[in-house]
Amino acid sequence: MISADIQTVLPEIVIALYAMGALIAAVYTGKDEVAPLLTWLTGGLFVVIAGWIGYNGAGVNVAFDGAYVDDGFGRFAKVVILLSAAAVLVMSQDYMSRRGLLRFEYPLLVALAVVGMMVMVSAGDLMSLYMGLELQSLSLYVVASLRRDSVKSTEAGLKYFVLGALSSGLLLYGASLTYGFAGTTLFSGIVAAVEGGASIGLLFGLVFLITGFAFKVSAAPFHMWTPDVYEGSPTPVTAFFATAPKVAAMGLFARVAFDAFGSVTGEWQQIVAFLSVLSMFVGAIAAIGQTNIKRLMAYSSIAHMGFALMGLAAGSAFGVQAMLIYMAIYVTMNIGTFAFILGMEKDGVPVTTIASLKMYSKREPLRALAMLILLFSLAGVPPMVGFFGKFYVLRAAYDAGLAWLAVAGVIASVIGAFYYLRIVYFMYFGEKTEALDGKMSPVLWVSLMASAAVMVVGVVNLFGIEPLAAAAAATLVN
Amino acid sequence: MENLLSITTFIPLLAAAILAVFLRGDDEQARTNAKWVAMLATLATFLVSLFILFGFDPADTGFQFVEERTWLAGLTYKMGVDGISVLFVMLTTFLMPLVIWSAWDVKVRVKEYMIAFLILETLMLGVFMALDLVLFYLFFEAGLIPMFLIIGIWGGKDRIYAAFKFFLYTFLGSVLMLVAMVGMFADAGTTDIPTLLTHEFAFADMTVLGIHIVGGMQTLLWIAFFASFAVKMPMWPVHTWLPDAHVQAPTAGSVVLAAILLKMGGYGFLRFSLPMFPVGSAVMGDLVLWMSAIAIVYTSLVALVQEDMKKLIAYSSVAHMGYVTMGIFAVNQQGIDGAIFQMLSHGFISGALFLCVGVIYDRMHTREIDAYGGLVNRMPAYALIFMFFTMANVGLPGTSGFVGEFLTLMGIFKVNTWIALVAASGVILSAGYALWLYRRVVMGDLIKESLKSITDMTRREKMIFAPLVAMTLLLGVMPTLVTDLIGPSVGALIAHVHASTPAEFLSAAADTVTH
Repeated sequence: MISADIQTVLPEIVIALYAMGALIAAVYTGKDEVAPLLTWLTGGLFVVIAGWIGYNGAGVNVAFDGAYVDDGFGRFAKVVILLSAAAVLVMSQDYMSRRGLLRFEYPLLVALAVVGMMVMVSAGDLMSLYMGLELQSLSLYVVASLRRDSVKSTEAGLKYFVLGALSSGLLLYGASLTYGFAGTTLFSGIVAAVEGGASIGLLFGLVFLITGFAFKVSAAPFHMWTPDVYEGSPTPVTAFFATAPKVAAMGLFARVAFDAFGSVTGEWQQIVAFLSVLSMFVGAIAAIGQTNIKRLMAYSSIAHMGFALMGLAAGSAFGVQAMLIYMAIYVTMNIGTFAFILGMEKDGVPVTTIASLKMYSKREPLRALAMLILLFSLAGVPPMVGFFGKFYVLRAAYDAGLAWLAVAGVIASVIGAFYYLRIVYFMYFGEKTEALDGKMSPVLWVSLMASAAVMVVGVVNLFGIEPLAAAAAATLVN
Repeated sequence: MENLLSITTFIPLLAAAILAVFLRGDDEQARTNAKWVAMLATLATFLVSLFILFGFDPADTGFQFVEERTWLAGLTYKMGVDGISVLFVMLTTFLMPLVIWSAWDVKVRVKEYMIAFLILETLMLGVFMALDLVLFYLFFEAGLIPMFLIIGIWGGKDRIYAAFKFFLYTFLGSVLMLVAMVGMFADAGTTDIPTLLTHEFAFADMTVLGIHIVGGMQTLLWIAFFASFAVKMPMWPVHTWLPDAHVQAPTAGSVVLAAILLKMGGYGFLRFSLPMFPVGSAVMGDLVLWMSAIAIVYTSLVALVQEDMKKLIAYSSVAHMGYVTMGIFAVNQQGIDGAIFQMLSHGFISGALFLCVGVIYDRMHTREIDAYGGLVNRMPAYALIFMFFTMANVGLPGTSGFVGEFLTLMGIFKVNTWIALVAASGVILSAGYALWLYRRVVMGDLIKESLKSITDMTRREKMIFAPLVAMTLLLGVMPTLVTDLIGPSVGALIAHVHASTPAEFLSAAADTVTH
């Protein structure tokens, strides 16, 4: 029995063991000198594990009496998490080593965070949920303040930690209420307890749980930490924050919403719709005044989470499918965008002001074009793939009778288009300023171009992601 | 030739890709190559599109040259043309080589300029051929990107304001249409346009947020589509982006904008609003008619006081588009025939007028009317051509401008005499502003020192105008070339609209017909 359980969680165990083994090995060998090697090794391991999960996984396997569920939904989310984490890791190697930031702990902390995320999206019990969440969060707090001698970076880490702890507290409070009224921490038990109407205690528990998740996905009105943390953290870490943890948190959100509270969809649907509409507008409006591209991307990610939540708010299998597709597209776009931001340097010093991009297209036409494609994709303008992400969630919302949410969403997307266009304006229409460096590491260049190419070519069939997401959603919602 | 439409659509895109990938450098040779590649590609597109025109059977009112492939998310890649769309396809392919030719003297970022126009051509052709809702939306909306860049990069002094206004205005209009499309998908279970044309959307009255809506669902969908097409058209009072965009856009951009992009709005009304939501159209039709009448008079008056030539022509475009919307929502053979005719003829005439402004702008770098005067003394050929298109714009019999205005007025006269009366006054006003413009720019003595050395049109410039003059005259004296082609499809459209409008909504329209 136990061997079957271990078989199910083997991918997580492999990564965790690798992280611990590599940690010890690095301490006894070259320490930071082996960091580049470790970065690539970790990235490679992620890709291998992603392939393993993607190709080998089948059916629904439950381990540890239901505390851990390995199903199509979890596997889809895990593959996206692993691949995006691998991409961000290898993208950050050059940037960090040139600034002396590449400590050997960095890739290993990322590996541990990824283990946490994998547990999150596979949680079948409030305990394993919290375990995964904290493993992820603790690792992220540390990497946020990786630049120890920078005030901004340590501030970011501290802010993230304090607010993250607050949200964990709220989440735990909700979990304990839920446990108290349902009598069990197992999702399968909770869903039986709420069958036919949740009691007031369970509702309170649900609301607190959702509050905690909203913090983690940085949905308004629990988004305040995002811009500061995005701005203060080293850019590769920001790129990481913007991708894999968001997928994991959305996955966890969906997991709890459907596995634990799937029989009272109506109860949480309104809350999620409210979070969604607020996030879309806060993200769109607050981003307009930003001059720092990292802060802008923070607000952009808030707005995008609003759209992803729209899919969730639909409360249907199609909604989950739309959310998964949206997240996969969002992650791909963000990898390309952050590859571009990582390449913004002047005399070797990273630059993050938007105004420094003036007439970028004159000097680097190809990179500017790739960024242009990504920006229009982020804005959701067809024929870029970002449009299809929006199309799916709009359909899901409309089908669920939330036409008002769809209308609000498209209006927010018009407001949002303005600030993406502003970047285009600087790159193409502005006047000349002092040039940014022309160099860009090959890894960044490839990531940027690949991501932009995906945004254009994906219009043909989205690389066949649609049936996969549909199958994944079907295992969660039934 | 079963993929004829796709081939036509994607030749320009292919050429754009070739330019992007293979053309390096920014020297004289590279610029010439870029221009020639663009020229040959647009010419090839035109030649291929002739096969569509000659293979088209006017008697068949269904869609022809249909191709269909599965796509994602339950959508299909489906293309086809009918009598309503085929001439817009031809208009696009016919004008694009001229547009490229008119941009021959551009010096800044020539390669990118050509790529932008080639991509734009693909997207415009796609709009007129798409037979899937979302495919249509994709082409319709994607066209904003190249146009945004064309205005923003190659435009005039206030190009940035104009580019943003253009993008956000039209984007806001179309996203509401997207929600409506999602709604139609949910209701009909398909995005296939031929199927949707026969689908009956619910029109039972409903109440939303305490507002009673006659025509229910259909009216709401109609309004969402209207938001998009009215902005695109543009109709008064959402036309304000157009003068800005026109003034700031480079000449070639203005030509494309006026001659082709504006027609997407009218095409949208004919393809979606009218046949798919007949009840919505019946409920809202009178509003559109009055808006059109106001647009014709109001924008004509505004045009009278303009000091910038491009702005004047832009306002005149809005006025002429007023005839189009009026004709369409008159819902009779003359009205819709006239509307389509007016759109085609406006494509030639307004394009030519913007080229006329471009000719003198290239020489003097100003569009102020006051900066000119007496050009006829030094530019006789220019004076002649400008005269011809001014007259065509006014609607002189013998030019295509007359036919469109006359047919739409006749169509509306049958439905509502008062609106016809108001709209007909626009004919007089248009003569006022157009002839006054001509007088101030071309006639009189050449007294301004700066104009003393101005030169007449070059051979290239004359040759660009030749096909436009020919088409304007040809359609002016032989309007049946167009009406024979579009007539059966328009007739089928009208029959369908009348058949699918329930009696209680039809009776209101029938009443107005009688008086």
